[in-house]
Amino acid sequence: MATKSLSPGRWGSSSGMNGRDREERRLAFRMTAPSLVLMALVAAVPIGYALWLSLNQYSVRTAGLSRFVGLDNYVAALSGPHWWAAFGQTFLFAGLSVSLELVLGTAMALLLNLAFKGRALLRTVVLLPYAVVTVVSAITWETMFQPNLGLVTNVLSTLGLPGGDVIWLGEHGYAMAVIVLADVWKTTPFAALIILAGLQVIPAETYEAAELDGASKWQAFVHVTLPLLRPAIVLAAIFRTMDALRVFDLPFVLTRGANGTESMSMLAYTQLRENRLVGEGSALSILTFLTVMVVSVVYIRFAGGNIREVAKEEQ
Amino acid sequence: MSTLTAQRTAAGTATPGARTPKRRPRGRAELHPMVWVFVIAVMGFSLIPFYWLVNTSLKKGVSLSQGELFPSQPTFENYVAVFQNAEFLLALRNSVIIAVVTTTVALVFASFAAYALARLKMRRKALILTLILSVTTFPAIAIAAPLFSIWREIGLYDTLLGLIIPKLTFALPLAIYTLTSFFREIPRELEESAYMDGATPFTAFRKVILPLAVPGLATTAILVFISVWNEFLLAVTLTTSPEARPVPVAIAFFSGTSEFDQPLGTISAASVIITVPLVVLVLLCQKRIVSGMTAGAVKG
Repeated sequence: MATKSLSPGRWGSSSGMNGRDREERRLAFRMTAPSLVLMALVAAVPIGYALWLSLNQYSVRTAGLSRFVGLDNYVAALSGPHWWAAFGQTFLFAGLSVSLELVLGTAMALLLNLAFKGRALLRTVVLLPYAVVTVVSAITWETMFQPNLGLVTNVLSTLGLPGGDVIWLGEHGYAMAVIVLADVWKTTPFAALIILAGLQVIPAETYEAAELDGASKWQAFVHVTLPLLRPAIVLAAIFRTMDALRVFDLPFVLTRGANGTESMSMLAYTQLRENRLVGEGSALSILTFLTVMVVSVVYIRFAGGNIREVAKEEQ
Repeated sequence: MSTLTAQRTAAGTATPGARTPKRRPRGRAELHPMVWVFVIAVMGFSLIPFYWLVNTSLKKGVSLSQGELFPSQPTFENYVAVFQNAEFLLALRNSVIIAVVTTTVALVFASFAAYALARLKMRRKALILTLILSVTTFPAIAIAAPLFSIWREIGLYDTLLGLIIPKLTFALPLAIYTLTSFFREIPRELEESAYMDGATPFTAFRKVILPLAVPGLATTAILVFISVWNEFLLAVTLTTSPEARPVPVAIAFFSGTSEFDQPLGTISAASVIITVPLVVLVLLCQKRIVSGMTAGAVKG
């Protein structure tokens, strides 16, 4: 990373600026190249290779034996029931967990923005689940809902409420509820902190003005706070949605994809690793990739005006 | 500092140069009782699952299967079993190696890239930032699937190196975005005076920016470490033996000490063991983590 020295007074005179500019651009190129090359090699190249794999069929018996089948793997995936089931479940999971995280995250952010004794303690406590490995979050909620030994199942059956004698991970709706809870528990802190950051820059005068106009607290929240918070909430929504659509760990640990909780990533993994169907698995992983990319583009186009503004500022 | 910038940008009110003063939170001493109900509910939601995980890890046999609210005969047998489990210890070693190596390499590469992106004149900067950003949204399965085939061809399948390389790919964008926002916080005047003294941009980076960015580097290291430690899909796809498996995979495949035991006790103990260091980390570095999460998030 050696560089030729630049002459002093670089910011002072305008003469020779082009040479220095070129020098600076060259340095910038050299400093970013290692990261870009690595990301290209380990992200772009494999995805290209996956495209190729997905156009072939591989023998499960003879290693190395394959034949070109064109788009057959895609046709099979898109016309069969498994892909669409996984697609639907993934979006159901993402919709449920992200909306809960945004509502709960906004509420937590509002709390953390109030002045009260114990605010620092609350912030620490709220942040703790963020430190938990996703697999552990899954196990934690498994212990909560396990028949007989779970806290929730025990409390429900003691109170005589429904759900106490249900095998939660054994039925579709209940299993999905546990998966969503495990996700909400671990990732709401993230949403809350992003929204809190947005909340802390709303000037106090805005509220004073609303109060003078006779707005109630609720009216002030709906008509003043929420619109000003929109960019922060949209941002949290984008990050959480992109993450939720890739969900894998939670259903893997909690149900192994049983009872209709298989996600897109899990389906691709199962075909590839467990069923040794390299072509089909690759086609499914490309479909997952395309789905996530389409959603992110749609998000940034329709909801992410502020993202583009930030991007412009960066230039 | 970086939280403030993040906040300003998040609210779309960024005015370069003008720092928003830290306001005292409003509304002291006029809290509605409902607020306290809500505070307690939020704390309960955050803490009760932790309590139940620890509770489960301290029980065995009947007291486990009856779901006692307080373990009547707390026992550390599950913990002893976990520490006697050679596969778990191997997994711990693997996780530490993978996380430390990936974090270190990512920080070195990313600090170069972030400096160029934060400070230097560069062609197509916006495009490069967008490309780096897009990698963070890649579903890991799209990379894990082909790597599964490639790694088996070239002998990287089921090795630590075979995990470190793809994890680095996902760690880099996170590190670059967080660091870029930290580097931007450092006042330009400091570099300019270094230039006046005849320093090159690279010397300015090494002698001025890097030392000042130590807090930012530490924050980035924590965030990258947590995310690498947490990663599961690549780890489960690209390994098959205990020699290469990191902790999350080992726990996911954990079975009880004996066939007749409810394995959840031991699994809970293993979960507690790997959660404690991270909880301590969060308690110690809370401010850093919060500023890094919001700064990196707003920019990335």
